[in-house]
Amino acid sequence: MKYLGKKIVTLIMTLFVVSAAAFIAFQIIPGDVVTSILGTEATPEREAQLREELGLNDPPVVRYFRWAGGVLLGDLGISYRYAKNMNEMMPVAELIGDKLPVTLSLAAISLVLIVAVSIPLGVLWARSRNKVLDAALGVITQATMAIPSFFLGILVTYLFGMVFKCFVPGGYVSYEKDMGGFLFYLLFPALAIALPKAAMTARFLRGSLLTELRADYVRTARSKGCGERRVMYGHVLRNAMMPVITFLGMIIAEIVAGSIVVEQVFSLPGIGRLLISSISTRDLPVVEILILYITFVVIFVYFLVDILYRVVDPRISGK
Amino acid sequence: MKKRSGIKWNKYLIAGLCMTGLVVFLALLGVFWTPYSTTSMSASQRFAAPSLQHLFGTDNFGRDIFSRVMKGIGATIWISTLVVALSGGVGILVGALTGYFGGIVDEVVMRFTDAINGFPSILLALVVISVLGTGQRNLVISLGIVFMPSFIRIVRSEFIRLRDADYISRARLMGVGRGRILFIHILPNIFSTFWVSVMIGFNNAILAESGMSYLGIGVQPPQASLGKMLSDAQGYLTTAPWYALAPGLTIVWIVLGFSLLSEGIQRLGK
Repeated sequence: MKYLGKKIVTLIMTLFVVSAAAFIAFQIIPGDVVTSILGTEATPEREAQLREELGLNDPPVVRYFRWAGGVLLGDLGISYRYAKNMNEMMPVAELIGDKLPVTLSLAAISLVLIVAVSIPLGVLWARSRNKVLDAALGVITQATMAIPSFFLGILVTYLFGMVFKCFVPGGYVSYEKDMGGFLFYLLFPALAIALPKAAMTARFLRGSLLTELRADYVRTARSKGCGERRVMYGHVLRNAMMPVITFLGMIIAEIVAGSIVVEQVFSLPGIGRLLISSISTRDLPVVEILILYITFVVIFVYFLVDILYRVVDPRISGK
Repeated sequence: MKKRSGIKWNKYLIAGLCMTGLVVFLALLGVFWTPYSTTSMSASQRFAAPSLQHLFGTDNFGRDIFSRVMKGIGATIWISTLVVALSGGVGILVGALTGYFGGIVDEVVMRFTDAINGFPSILLALVVISVLGTGQRNLVISLGIVFMPSFIRIVRSEFIRLRDADYISRARLMGVGRGRILFIHILPNIFSTFWVSVMIGFNNAILAESGMSYLGIGVQPPQASLGKMLSDAQGYLTTAPWYALAPGLTIVWIVLGFSLLSEGIQRLGK
């Protein structure tokens, strides 16, 4: 419990530092936002008025707390580039709202695929006495790891979309219309994200299993008459999974980052595409919120993994 | 670093050297000569399939893809080299000082690298790019910042390992200056570890560069880049799959080559 409290304090501190860093990076360094909203031909009076409206005349510390307070309460600021209509500027919250589920579903499906592929593969690999299979898996995983996710996305599009015609490239269906079709379409971009990571995880699990198989308790279990299967699934796999869980937790950050790129390949309307287009148009408030959001997710996942780790392995909390 | 006794070749090293050697050769050759001009267009030659005339075929403007890949490799390797030079250089300097002297500065720098390390690398690069703006120089700076922490950590841990070694305390006793101890006595001894991380960093830089260029926020046209070629080719996947395959497989080839090379170097030390 004491540990949990300490972790939560660290979590809050980290969030504070990250948000302050984001604020400095996006609101202090780039300078005046007024010209980027009004353009260069606005009158000085209009500029001064907008500056007052946006509260830019206040000291940075006041601006930070007003902004951070707003973000906490759900006021994410306004976009510079998108407008609702002539008089009203587009709130960032509305811009992001319906794009979040796309990215989160994509990341979740990728994670499920990674686990579903890598664990059986890692076990199979560690158990294989066949030299050819062993070498083949080594080469295949090494090669898969070298493929960048966007190229893998293009390969998946070509192979499954054009040669085998499993899905229509670009034929994205909204989750509001057809949940099944939506999830099915996401399966292919998820494949592009998951395969290299699954190869990595399988290699990692294999190494972990091989180390565990040399441990004393394995010999004990065998001498007590445990079958090969029971040794593997009942004893070794559990222990070997510990480092793999940490590894998967670390990979989640990469999955989220990977979905930014892969969304572009499959033209998915997720936050990754919004992020890239906002960077190209220098729509900094949107970029700021998206970066902040993704960072929060990543930090929170690390936090959960840390907790989970202690739940799975009671030996750690004993220290 | 070659010793006179000769190095023990292993298959990783040989395969890695062959693969990267070919790539570097093509990139250097591409600076002076390409089979076809990379800009001349030809309407009659649009989407020609790979053949002896056009090894990788031609694109939607009838430009020779092989020549453009050669130029693209050059740009990608050049940028990655700059990135590794920047982050490796800062890594050596900061890692050496923090590792050797320790203290409060070391503590602060370590917390800082921890923070950067926990972040998805492409996201951090995107932050820097969105603040600085796009373009090749900013791309190098942003990726350089992203890769600095890993170099700092490696160099630092090596300096910590060596700072209490016998020969260093002897040198100190003999009155050797700090700068000389750091860079003449310790630095050469960390190179075997450092080269491995240079190779890995190089690989990550290539992946990151091509990823950013694919997204359109890295190298800007008209400069050729493998990532940019891929995103151009994506629209013609049905008519000319080789257009996408050529730059994509080239990236895979480069990355595979360098990871084999780093594996080979790692095994050299054992």
